[in-house]
Amino acid sequence: MKNYVIMRLLATIPLLLAISFLCFVFINLIPSDPAEVALRIRQTPIITEELIAQTREELGLNDPFLVRYATWLWDCLHFDLGISYTNPARTVLGEIGRCLPATLELAGLSLVYVIVLSLPIGFLSAVYKDTWFDRIMRGLVFAGTAMPVYWVGLLLIWLVSIKMDLLPTSGYGGFSSLILPAFTVALSYISTYIRLIRNNMLENMREDYVLYAQARGLKQRAILVRHILKNSLQSCVTAIGMSIPQLISGTIVVENVFAWPGVGRLCITSIFNRDYPVIQAYVLLVGVLFVFFNLFFDILQYAADPRLRERKN
Amino acid sequence: MSTIPTAPADETPLLQVRDLSVSFLEGKKKHLLVDKVSFSVQAGQCLGILGESGSGKSMTCKAVLGLLDKNFEVTGSSLFDGGELIGANPEKLRRMRGSRISVVLQNPMSCFDPLYRLGEQMEETIAEHMNLSSKAMHSMMVDILTLMRIRDPEDVLRKYPHQLSGGMLQRIMIGLAISLDPELIIADEPTTAIDSISQYSIMQEFVRIKKAGSVAMIFISHDLGVLSLIADRVIVMHRGRAVEEGTAESVFASAKDAYTHHLISQHKAVMNRFLMAIHGSSTREVVA
Ligand SMILES: Nc1ncnc2c1ncn2[C@@H]1O[C@H](COP(=O)(O)OP(=O)(O)O)[C@@H](O)[C@H]1O
Ligand SMILES: [Mg+2]
Repeated sequence: MKNYVIMRLLATIPLLLAISFLCFVFINLIPSDPAEVALRIRQTPIITEELIAQTREELGLNDPFLVRYATWLWDCLHFDLGISYTNPARTVLGEIGRCLPATLELAGLSLVYVIVLSLPIGFLSAVYKDTWFDRIMRGLVFAGTAMPVYWVGLLLIWLVSIKMDLLPTSGYGGFSSLILPAFTVALSYISTYIRLIRNNMLENMREDYVLYAQARGLKQRAILVRHILKNSLQSCVTAIGMSIPQLISGTIVVENVFAWPGVGRLCITSIFNRDYPVIQAYVLLVGVLFVFFNLFFDILQYAADPRLRERKN
Repeated sequence: MSTIPTAPADETPLLQVRDLSVSFLEGKKKHLLVDKVSFSVQAGQCLGILGESGSGKSMTCKAVLGLLDKNFEVTGSSLFDGGELIGANPEKLRRMRGSRISVVLQNPMSCFDPLYRLGEQMEETIAEHMNLSSKAMHSMMVDILTLMRIRDPEDVLRKYPHQLSGGMLQRIMIGLAISLDPELIIADEPTTAIDSISQYSIMQEFVRIKKAGSVAMIFISHDLGVLSLIADRVIVMHRGRAVEEGTAESVFASAKDAYTHHLISQHKAVMNRFLMAIHGSSTREVVA
């Protein structure tokens, strides 16, 4: 177990390096000159050649490419993500730190929705396969995956907030403002996981171990929960590990629909403003989240499955 | 039911199956999988069911055990110790399974849940039918494994299924099948999926169980040689129908049905080899 964890941790190092490098390269491929952008954003009245040259020097843009990458990486490792072009009084880390809690609240509640809804619905759809319950759920699941997120968001605002006047339409403030955006983020995941759990359950029901469990006289409920559900969730663990960073980064659309002050909206604003350090930090953050959640859930699954523990030792 | 003869008590079959049919319902279509099969088993006796793969052997047993879901239609009668099993209350059938009627299945490697230790799976089975203190439970499980000649029983109880061999798991299944003192054991091709050395010792276990007591046994196989070792009576199944019935000897010696002849000639060589291995010499020649 310990060896496996150490191995996996070491393996993340080259992965993180590759991610940071790609992130740096792509941002640098954007054609406009960052120095000029920085000056324009600071609303410098007259942008002269000297001023641009001076700003280039100030922002360290004259160094060779690899030197700039190394400097940036070194700073990143010390949690120094640079200064926002838009607002030189603010550090990028500060900006991200300011917006991240709102995004985490949104993603956190979405995850709760996903687990609380898809687990029982997926379970019951499999147990009551082909009954009216399963049919209705299958219809909803189809609709949930087919509808684009922003459209669902707008639809919910119109229905729940405007027509029924139950919840705020947008903005940040208290739990009630969180309900709709979180549901919107969660919807497609709920559909995916209902289908995943249902299919896994149905697949497991055909296994020999279920027949033998019945032949041993075990209660149907015990077979369903202790054996079939547990085996079905086994393969969901890795999927959840990928879905959590997806939820966090996937809030980007919903944050803009619901005017939610999270990192997704910060990123979009920064894209409009060409605030490169912030965009770069956002992309890097998402990459790192993927790597770490993937790692964490792999270790979790490894700890839960005796067959995996065996094979890797 | 009125046709049960007024015979002495020990002559009354423990299990009497009459005109058992199983159909698979697929929309409006009905596929007949088992067609009016009848047989009976007495306490202390072993009925062999012979037939190639897909002939409906497992279906017949699942129907008797009440293990078929609503996609199947089961008709006919199956009297166990005087009580009707077909259409019986599912909860009543469940209590009977594992305790009064137990089974040994074909694929020991896939019959246990991969996520639980063998000890946990044995325990949940026994606990379903008996109330034992955890100490008594543990010593009962160790006894079962010891009886099945498994070394280091304590260690085996802590193992996961993938850590044990097919032969070992098959022994545990057999041990579990006899542990609750059943009246009937249904063994569905228990030697098919394991290597030939384990096959031989597994067969010895079954012969031992049969000799030991008054348990009735249904032993399913597609292998005539295996059945000749244990079965008193044999029915031969072909495409869902019982095409031949009789004592083991009479079926082997003077099969009337063409299909049985085919099976016998096909298996004659295998059988001879098997008998040689078990009896050391050709004490029992095969009659073609
Ligand atoms: N779950 C099932 N659904 C539909 N048909 C089945 C199912 N299981 C088995 N069958 C069919 O029933 C027939 C008998 O199967 P089975 O009793 O398992 O044969 P065997 O004699 O090998 O044990 C076969 O033709 C098989 O295709
Ligand atoms: Mg079979």
